[in-house]
Amino acid sequence: MKAFADLYGRLDATTSSNAKLQAMQDYFRDASAEDAAWAVYFLAGGRPRQLVPTRLLREQAMTAGHLPEWLFEESYQAVGDLAETIALLLPESHHSSEEGLATWVEDYLLPLRGLPPEELAARLPALWSRLDRQSLMVCIKLITGAFRVGVSKLLVTRALASLAGLDPKRVAQRLVGYTDLSHRPSAAGYRRLVAEESDREHAERGGQPYPFFLAHALQAPHEQFEALLGPVENWLVEWKWDGIRAQLVKRDGALWIWSRGEELVTDRFPELHALAEQLPDGTVIDGELVVWKDDRVQPFALLQQRIGRKTLSRKLLEDVPVRMLAYDLLEQAGEDWRSQPQHARRSALEALLARSPSPLLQLSPTLTGRDWQDLAAQREASRSLGVEGMMLKARDALYGVGRTKDMGVWWKWKIDPFSVDAVLIYAQRGHGRRASLYTDFTFAVWDAEPGASERTLVPFAKAYSGLTDEEMRQVDAVIRKTTVEKFGPVRSVTPTLVFELGFEGIALSKRHKSGVAVRFPRMLRWRHDKTVEDADTLATLQDLLQ
Amino acid sequence: MDLVIARPEGLYCPPGDFYIDPWRPVERSVITHGHGDHARWGNARYLAAAPGEGILRSRLGQDIDLQTLPYGATLDHHGVKLSFHPAGHVLGSAQVRLEYRGEVWVASGDYKVEADGTCAPFEPVRCHTFITESTFGLPIYRWRPQAEIFAGIDDWWRQNQAEGRASVLFAYSFGKAQRILHGIDDRIGPILVHGAVEPLNRVYREGGIRIPETHYAGDFKKSDPLLRQALVLAPPSAAGSTWMRRFGEYSDGFASGWMMLRGTRRRRGVDRGFVLSDHADWPGLLWAIEQTGAERVMVTHGSVNVLVRYLREQGLDAQGFTTEYGDEDDSDDLPGADQPGADLPGANQPGADPEPREEGP
Repeated sequence: MKAFADLYGRLDATTSSNAKLQAMQDYFRDASAEDAAWAVYFLAGGRPRQLVPTRLLREQAMTAGHLPEWLFEESYQAVGDLAETIALLLPESHHSSEEGLATWVEDYLLPLRGLPPEELAARLPALWSRLDRQSLMVCIKLITGAFRVGVSKLLVTRALASLAGLDPKRVAQRLVGYTDLSHRPSAAGYRRLVAEESDREHAERGGQPYPFFLAHALQAPHEQFEALLGPVENWLVEWKWDGIRAQLVKRDGALWIWSRGEELVTDRFPELHALAEQLPDGTVIDGELVVWKDDRVQPFALLQQRIGRKTLSRKLLEDVPVRMLAYDLLEQAGEDWRSQPQHARRSALEALLARSPSPLLQLSPTLTGRDWQDLAAQREASRSLGVEGMMLKARDALYGVGRTKDMGVWWKWKIDPFSVDAVLIYAQRGHGRRASLYTDFTFAVWDAEPGASERTLVPFAKAYSGLTDEEMRQVDAVIRKTTVEKFGPVRSVTPTLVFELGFEGIALSKRHKSGVAVRFPRMLRWRHDKTVEDADTLATLQDLLQ
Repeated sequence: MDLVIARPEGLYCPPGDFYIDPWRPVERSVITHGHGDHARWGNARYLAAAPGEGILRSRLGQDIDLQTLPYGATLDHHGVKLSFHPAGHVLGSAQVRLEYRGEVWVASGDYKVEADGTCAPFEPVRCHTFITESTFGLPIYRWRPQAEIFAGIDDWWRQNQAEGRASVLFAYSFGKAQRILHGIDDRIGPILVHGAVEPLNRVYREGGIRIPETHYAGDFKKSDPLLRQALVLAPPSAAGSTWMRRFGEYSDGFASGWMMLRGTRRRRGVDRGFVLSDHADWPGLLWAIEQTGAERVMVTHGSVNVLVRYLREQGLDAQGFTTEYGDEDDSDDLPGADQPGADLPGANQPGADPEPREEGP
């Protein structure tokens, strides 16, 4: 456990990708295959179901320190991380277990699941007494399923690939499904990840998708596109759909649908199962799942309603029909097409859909423009069409892995977000590196125009991102000085701060006091130049509803 | 009768007509220690513990009207018997004991219960009412023995040396820096200090405290190979300044009680956080309060509400005192304390600190 906790410490202490790569390589080089298998699992985002109820862990910490519950809560508020709080409150041990991660997970931790509380209460202290504080915190994070450390799956892939002398794309392919709940890491599994390439590999892939190729945001003004991107003819342009990115895999007579998080979502979209009949074996299509009705895409909020449901009634399926908008072909006739240029993949996709037409699977249309200026003008229609802007894909680019740029680039050229000037009225302390600073805010707008005889601030959105560290510190200081009341972890403040708040979408909502719900709200800038009286009103928000 | 009350100018003793660590200029001030949030400019007269004289004069000016008393000696003023007792916080730090008509109050200023060799160790004083700080007043704060922390700093320094990098350690220049210098293994390599640290080293040496040989970092050229071997002590305000450029590639660390939390450590953005504080941790606060035998406890700067509530649940008569302590760049000040102004370094008023903050490049 010590070695893995040290790795966690090294990864946590740095923001440099190279330092993180080095730390992972050092760990994997020395670790047994059993330990490495579990380390890959956790680092790549795998989380076993919670092994011990959080409630019980909190009680142990309180009992050990003879602490009342309110004092535990105060401590948690200051620390901003539950596992860390518990680790700081449990008695400190002078031992540190040298036993490997696999032994800990398989022999000590997994067997805890489902044990009665008395049994757990008896067993856990014996485990804690073998862990130094850092190991203890990591161990509790593994137990609660809250283990997270700042490495991407891509970075784990690169660490393993360079250690094993493999192409990172190959490792990424092998890692697909590795962090599934159904998958149990093992020494043999780890050896397969880092084994030399074999000829059988491609044939044995079952329903696995390919690692998704992800787009980068394009922020420059379009006047610079010619210089940045070259002539418009070199690019394949589409709308940027506001749905769920997915791959359709048809192999061996069966259909699989995978979401971008490499989660298998086939069951959630029964209307698409008919495609199993339509598509030839050995086909993988990349595209977007959207709600499609009246010949147009519907707001994401509708799709979200469907995702939230456990059972899908016939009525819901009729009212909220899902379609796949196809934009890339990754496999054809069982052959990996990712090293074909974009334009060739697109032609093959068009030909495939022409051969197997289905209303369930529609081609995401390409857009043409005389020049970037022309496309920029077309992009103005985004909002009325219900799309987020445009996607730009280099015609000659290959299909990469994750956010890599070496194989070519996909750009998302999004429209500017909606924005309003809103007033900060409540604040709550943040988590992680924002712990103990007030960084999570509730914003309000006025319910009437200036000059109205009486008007109040109505909360409508929560946001916590968009400020620099320095701004966070300044806002934190203002909040402490202007606090009116405290309700548990939340403070109300005398309204003094105005921020320009950006968001991607807005919809009517019965659950919100303001009557509207906004999507992805974040702070665009701090309006030092505006007073609270200058902030926007509910009417401004309602106008945005169209 | 209350021997100490909170007034806009500071903590005030009505029968004695003097203030303890006032934050606005007053006629008579009693000073617990030399940190800038406790010892401020502009008072007509100062009274402090004798071992703190050098510090106070070096920070507030050689010509201040300062009277001193040795630890334990008593002075009678308007019928109030006043004496100083070691607080173990920094050189010259003292608790102030006040006795009037059989009633005893102790104002502790800032204190630490682990003895460190750079100042007289904390001495519990029996009293009826105890005024305590609460900087680290949460049970998550439990310090490891300082020997372990110094060993950690030594190991870090050695490793950096082996890799040919300077080790830059940020620490408050008065108290923390000297405690580190006293505690580390000075045989490892040369020790360089920032201009803000050296004047205080001198005062400590004059006070008979063992501080190893230090060099002024500004005397070395960037190309000097000695820099890659050195431990460099600098105040937190030097981080990110042009002053740091001379060290080329270096590893940095920060020594503070706040480094206990991962979040604060990451926010600092240093390579290493060393959990070392000049304040009492949670068990230390509770132990000190118990040792005084006080039935009444007044809580100042830090986690005031938490400590007050906890002590009340233990059956003590506890209440909070609003003060303006804890917002000084040079003390273990607190991110996230429940008190206005008790926030982050840099929130203090400029000019209150006569130290050189930074030098030119």
